[in-house]
Amino acid sequence: MADVADELTVRMRAATLRLGERDLWRGLDLDVAPGEFLAVLGPNGGGKTSLLKVLLGLYRLTEGSVEVCGRRPRRGSDLVGYVPQQKAFEPDAPLRGRDLVRLGLDGHRWGIGLGGRDTRRRVDDAIAAVGAAGYADAPLGLLSGGEQQRLRIAQALLGDPRVLLCDEPLLSLDLHHQQATSELIDRRRRESGTSVLFVTHEINPVLPMVDRVLYLVGTKWAIGTPDEVLRSERLSELYGTHIDVLRVHGRVVVVGAPDAPHGEGAHHHHERDDDHELEHADGTGRGSSWV
Amino acid sequence: MGLIDYLRLAAVQHALVAATLVAVISGLIGPFVITRRAAFAVHGVAELSFTGAVAGLVWANNAVLGALLGSLVVAGAIATLGVRQSERDAAIGVTLAFGLGVGVYLLAHYHRNASAATSILFGQILGVSTGQIVLLSIVAAGVLAAVAFLYRPLLFASVDPEVAEARGVPVRLLGLAFLVVLALTVTEAAQIVGTLLVLSLAITPAAAAHRLSARPSLVAGLSIAFALLASDGGVLASLTAPDVKTSVFITTFSFAIYVLARLAGTRLRRGRRAAPED
Repeated sequence: MADVADELTVRMRAATLRLGERDLWRGLDLDVAPGEFLAVLGPNGGGKTSLLKVLLGLYRLTEGSVEVCGRRPRRGSDLVGYVPQQKAFEPDAPLRGRDLVRLGLDGHRWGIGLGGRDTRRRVDDAIAAVGAAGYADAPLGLLSGGEQQRLRIAQALLGDPRVLLCDEPLLSLDLHHQQATSELIDRRRRESGTSVLFVTHEINPVLPMVDRVLYLVGTKWAIGTPDEVLRSERLSELYGTHIDVLRVHGRVVVVGAPDAPHGEGAHHHHERDDDHELEHADGTGRGSSWV
Repeated sequence: MGLIDYLRLAAVQHALVAATLVAVISGLIGPFVITRRAAFAVHGVAELSFTGAVAGLVWANNAVLGALLGSLVVAGAIATLGVRQSERDAAIGVTLAFGLGVGVYLLAHYHRNASAATSILFGQILGVSTGQIVLLSIVAAGVLAAVAFLYRPLLFASVDPEVAEARGVPVRLLGLAFLVVLALTVTEAAQIVGTLLVLSLAITPAAAAHRLSARPSLVAGLSIAFALLASDGGVLASLTAPDVKTSVFITTFSFAIYVLARLAGTRLRRGRRAAPED
């Protein structure tokens, strides 16, 4: 058993995070194995993004313990890679695709950093690995959302992380690019054993890849395989109200969850700021959602 | 007197040295100003160097020193009042209005040389003393060293703050450091082109460079080159037309470069559009 525990990439015990007056989650126990694909689901304000921030070393737990590869999370650690939600760059952003990728390697270091042959080779390799070589030298602001997101993944993988944290990486991508992006992430964890924590509103695009689901609602949470967690009884218990989970043509549909006004394909404005998330947390909009 | 004869004059040599120093640091920070949308901060700090300069004249009979020290106060005030991005412009406006009021009050107490005070608004490049050159050189060296040290994380924090923070870049602290660097640069530039025209060196060359390239190092290089062209070109041109102020030439050259870069850049980008979709 000790060996298994040593290998865990993420280990949280009785973890509680309080922001301001409110607990986001309480008593969270989480083990993530190398190469595991964990989807993190739940309504806005449930603390999904905050969980990633704890693992990035940006937030401290209020109670409990957290380890990434056996160590306390530390800001700027190479053990962790981060892919943010797709957010278009300005058309006149003063960098090319390859410059964005390179920032993932040495953007946090002081100095000008002329970058030798080795830097260039590593950047080239990372770009080739995500199939972005064809447009890596074009101005970043002129690339499509899907192209930018591929470069983001190359950027996150350049440090060769053991854990890849993805915060709604598919948001506002079309179906084709959603698929391409999630396949890149899936391939990485299969080939390199990188654990993936994948925060998302829609599980369906990644459902075939997901090993386990962490579902955060209020201060409550549930963890297990998609079949264990995405059930009417389980979610009703979490939300404290009647929820129907339907399976339609291999897709999961959650009906009746509060604070889920977005249907599949609808553009949902995701609040980056946790303060904003809190404001929306007790939103009463009831509707159906494709989780 | 021909151009060569002018170049033998100490005043002209001083002007060229000052113009060069100012162009290098303005051109260097310009791309960051644009990426961080800090044009209003440039304008605010520049106008407030009027207040700092008047204060320097009143208390120490030294406008440049007063302006430089004042700019640090202004950077601190803007950073303190405008912690959130959304309230930054308001913080600059608030600081700017009050600061100018203080400047007007101080000006009423300065009875010696009124033109020394008013020339702050439009620059006094042909009256730069050796002592001022030394001071400007020290500040320029400091700004260069600071930007060189901050360069990569500052670029990261400017173009991609969310991921930069996740990578451990101290985004907030860099914002403050950049404000200080910006304040010193802008105040130095204000001595040459005047507080009202600083944008022609701190924004326009960088805006032109942005039109021509998306390679960070090339954008910085072009921005500095354009600033040098406008600044030193403006000083030289004004020697041939003594009744036109130097800053008029500098702003005109700088604007002309921008228009040309826009025309060239539009064609460049149209070509790049053809970049293949995946």
